[in-house]
Amino acid sequence: MADRKISAPAINFETQKFWDAAAEGKLLIKKCTACGEPHFYPRDHCPFCFSDKTEWVEASGKGTVYTYSVMRRAPIPYAIAYVTLAEGPTMMTNIVDCDLDSIRIGQAVRLVFKPSEGGPPVPMFTPA
Amino acid sequence: MSIKNKAYIVGIYEHPTRLATDKTVMQLHAEVAAGALADAGLTKNDIDGYFCAAGDHAGLGQLSTADYLGLKTKHIDSTDVGGSSYLLQVGHAAEAIALGKCSIALITLAGRPRAEGMATGTQPRAPAVPMPESGFELPYAPATANMYAMAAMRHMHQYGTTSEQMAWVKVAASHHAQHNPHAMLKDVVTVEEVVNSPMIADPLHRLDCCVISDGGGAIILAAPEIAKSLKRPLVKVIGAGEAPKHQMGGKVDLTYSGAVWSGPLAFAEAGVKPADIKYASIYDSFTITVVMQLEDLGFCEKGQGGRFVSDGNLISGVGKLPFNTDGGGLCNNHPSNRGGLTKVLEAVRQLRSEAHPAVQVKNCDIALAHGTGGSLGTRHAAATVIMERE
Repeated sequence: MADRKISAPAINFETQKFWDAAAEGKLLIKKCTACGEPHFYPRDHCPFCFSDKTEWVEASGKGTVYTYSVMRRAPIPYAIAYVTLAEGPTMMTNIVDCDLDSIRIGQAVRLVFKPSEGGPPVPMFTPA
Repeated sequence: MSIKNKAYIVGIYEHPTRLATDKTVMQLHAEVAAGALADAGLTKNDIDGYFCAAGDHAGLGQLSTADYLGLKTKHIDSTDVGGSSYLLQVGHAAEAIALGKCSIALITLAGRPRAEGMATGTQPRAPAVPMPESGFELPYAPATANMYAMAAMRHMHQYGTTSEQMAWVKVAASHHAQHNPHAMLKDVVTVEEVVNSPMIADPLHRLDCCVISDGGGAIILAAPEIAKSLKRPLVKVIGAGEAPKHQMGGKVDLTYSGAVWSGPLAFAEAGVKPADIKYASIYDSFTITVVMQLEDLGFCEKGQGGRFVSDGNLISGVGKLPFNTDGGGLCNNHPSNRGGLTKVLEAVRQLRSEAHPAVQVKNCDIALAHGTGGSLGTRHAAATVIMERE
């Protein structure tokens, strides 16, 4: 089956490093050096304590499926999901390279990158 | 300072069209405004406050619409948080009236997604300008249906909610819609028909989803002395609450909605409890939306929403909490993909004893209207309005 075309992510000054790292196969998240909380999606100001002392850290790429849904009414069905990273934050993603009917909440997944149309590769997950 | 008893809903109108191939959005705005004015017994030049949602108006905010309608007002507000916008605006209009910023406020909604062939629920809707989160969401193809579906999937996992329980929401709506000559879907359906309808986005079936319709509606609120000079039954706003909820920096929890915050604000202002509500209009973009909002508003314990809606408990004359007696978004209409305004309309009909006799709630003195705008799965705004017949 053909793969779904993945739109290029919108990139801005605040997120350029995230996508530069993605091109190297790394998933970055932001962590606040003031309160210690990691967050996602990444921004300069910590959404918890509002400090601007946030730093990029590389995530392990390990996570579990928090929830998911297979879009059946699409030319190529696909699974959207929220995956909770080992580091704490939960991010929107797709679950790929598997039988879509086999996906379950709580399932262990690992990071993969998939090419986008005219942009950097996009972080997705596949059963671990 | 409270809005309790400070503003009355004096005029309502629901456009009868469900497919507006021969009308512009502006014509629909004008027709619903005229309908609500006629219902109230007022004229256009009486209006001194205008409220709408920026998203269903062409141009900058509401300026083109105010121009088209020929409105001269002292107060304008185009707060837009999606489908619940009009519920927030009832609260905002009551605030403006309570403060004397205006005395007769018009709220309009109009749109024609059906005529325009919009795949409302199944296609991702990218904003015209990327939002900060866009790069981290749009590549994954979030549409309306699969985002609400993810909330449903987690609710089922965490609380044991079943597809059959969620289907009861649609069954109840269909029982009501059979009496509404304007409803898009008038046939009574069964739980089996809902769970056997085609899967759209797991676990939501086609009949778990609201309709795509054209049309619109309007509401007019007025200060107490004006309301009492008119000839319509007196329905006043006694409480309102609003609250946004989002992804919380990655601490995502899709099992509850902003109703956990907007509900208590509205109940506290009104001085009533969920048990005092005789009729509830609950935004039914999808069946799961109703289940979750009923829990969050306190009509049942968290996680018990599936059991609460089962066995006809939402059917007027049958169950404990009659809801959406016009058929709601699931069966009647969902104009402009926004269901907040029509929720107020049916609540007002119930309080006026003007609902269809087959679904009219006896002694309906206190009603609630509640909605979720935006997406339950990412960012949304909950809004609760409590109204009382005087």
